[in-house]
Amino acid sequence: MSAVEDVVEGHEAVEAVPKRAMTLGTGTSVVVLLLLIAVPLFAKNFVIFQLTQLLYLGLAVLALNILTGGSGQFSLGQSAFYGIGAYVTAVMMEQFNIPYFLCLPVAGVVCFGAGFLFGQPALRLSGVYLALATFALATAMPQLLKLNFLEKWTGGVQGLVVTKPDAPFGLPMSQDMWLYYFTLVVVLAIYIFSVNLLRSRSGRAFMAIRDNEIAASAMGVNVALYKTLAFGVSAAITGVAGGLSAIAVQFVAPDSFTITLAIQLFLGMVVGGVGWLPGSIVGAAFIIFVPNIAEGISKGLSGAVFGVLLFLVIYLVPHGARQVAILGQQLAGRLRKN
Amino acid sequence: MELFTNQVLAGIATGAIYACMALAVVMIYQAIDHLNFAQGEMAMFSTFISWQLMQWGVPYWAAFVITLVFAFFGGIAIERVLFKPLAKAPILTNVAGFIALFAIINSSAGLIWDFTIKQYPTPFGSAPFLGSQLISTHQAGMIGVTVLMLIGLYFFFQYTRIGLAMRAAASVPESARLVGINTSWMIALGWGMASAIGAIAGMLIAPVVFLEPNMMGGVLIYGFAAAVLGGLTSPLGAVVGGFLMGIFENLAGTYIPGVGNELKLPIALALIISVLVVKPAGLFGRHIVKRV
Repeated sequence: MSAVEDVVEGHEAVEAVPKRAMTLGTGTSVVVLLLLIAVPLFAKNFVIFQLTQLLYLGLAVLALNILTGGSGQFSLGQSAFYGIGAYVTAVMMEQFNIPYFLCLPVAGVVCFGAGFLFGQPALRLSGVYLALATFALATAMPQLLKLNFLEKWTGGVQGLVVTKPDAPFGLPMSQDMWLYYFTLVVVLAIYIFSVNLLRSRSGRAFMAIRDNEIAASAMGVNVALYKTLAFGVSAAITGVAGGLSAIAVQFVAPDSFTITLAIQLFLGMVVGGVGWLPGSIVGAAFIIFVPNIAEGISKGLSGAVFGVLLFLVIYLVPHGARQVAILGQQLAGRLRKN
Repeated sequence: MELFTNQVLAGIATGAIYACMALAVVMIYQAIDHLNFAQGEMAMFSTFISWQLMQWGVPYWAAFVITLVFAFFGGIAIERVLFKPLAKAPILTNVAGFIALFAIINSSAGLIWDFTIKQYPTPFGSAPFLGSQLISTHQAGMIGVTVLMLIGLYFFFQYTRIGLAMRAAASVPESARLVGINTSWMIALGWGMASAIGAIAGMLIAPVVFLEPNMMGGVLIYGFAAAVLGGLTSPLGAVVGGFLMGIFENLAGTYIPGVGNELKLPIALALIISVLVVKPAGLFGRHIVKRV
């Protein structure tokens, strides 16, 4: 409306997180890992199922975190890639009888392609405009999955039922427990890959783009390539998470992959701390358990209670779980000095 | 050809709804630099207030004015209580705050007024407008009110001191503070005005989509899309974008085979994205130059 708007100071959408602050220390990692291995041995099947859910949703949040926290691009379309991954896995398992562990890499590759292609038009957009474009993808996906000519494979509106795999080699484990450990291995592998990715040349390129696109291109970073690459990697990881969810829930239907899912993943990222990879699991815990807690407090007002809890979290720790971790670290450091 | 004109007319009629909402979206974007996801819910809540007043026997226009006042101060209150503390927090945290506000308002309205669909009166009547079957007097009234609001806002921002102060606070906050503008209150004022415009939009839309806590869900999506299409920095763009959006949607539904009601939205959005790829700042938006 006015001429002053022409020059606006670069307003950082995503704050710059140094790459060392993106991960956990070795000691803490080992403790968390041991906990993740030990807990299911003492838990009921339903709890194990919830933990599995925690892991694969955490993985999906991690994927968004790489995209937003790493390369500074924002996406509301993660539910679309999650849905593609889930459907690829389900269709391959049920219609073509391919073993589940082979379906996941395929889901990842398909989603990488989809993400990379979608990254092309998204290249010219940033901020709100990118949010709208990805949002369009998220709203289109359930409709696309319902299309008539795909119904032969996808089962249309009805969806597909997926059989739960048994533990292999006659291991004395329930299906839920086996699936938990399987998920844990996949998630760990991807977590380690992501940490290394962000520490590599490509990771530094992502962060340079996030912090200042113009400066990055002046330093010789191929902005277009790395931006689409970030989209592709993020989509691939989301797709694997979707595939894991299809196996764990034993069911896929178009309406499980709506914009609501994308919003949940977004909330998970904010609560976990944008750009802090271990926070993804905290964020996933928030989106799984807090709605249940809210429902427990008041049935009729569960949405309002959820909103109030969310407000509390963002007032207390606007930078999410990362802030808590940093505080803890400082406290530990002070104790060590004394 | 007749089909085409009729569809365009019907598109303009629905477009008026989107234009109203898009205008509210752009207003708040001007003031706070964020897209407010709870905007639709705020409008819905105000509309319920006016409905409640009418149930208690208050005449339409009195209820209309009371609701506007309520919406204005409600918007200011929300900014002061909930979002001022978040002013220094990262943008994405603010967006999470909007989602929380959305959940709170939606769920409270559901508890107070329940989820049954309610009739909402129109002051313009619903007879065919100038003998056309496709556009009713209510829809014509809606277009009229939207255009009036747009003109009013133009004069407010262009020719009043406070409008100038609001523009200054939004575009260069530091310099605005240096010349003595209370930028913090300008933001609150922006929230109040956006909330009031949203309330007008809600009261105009309610006779068409019927009143219920989720009535704004679909409308807000189109409103956002329209605002982005027109360019988020331009109120005129928002209104034009709203009408274009309505026309797009209707024409796509009529002429592209196999497009039912379900695929209308994705197609309209896809069209918008193709526009954005060519013009990244929207049709009427100013291209923002960044300082390195």
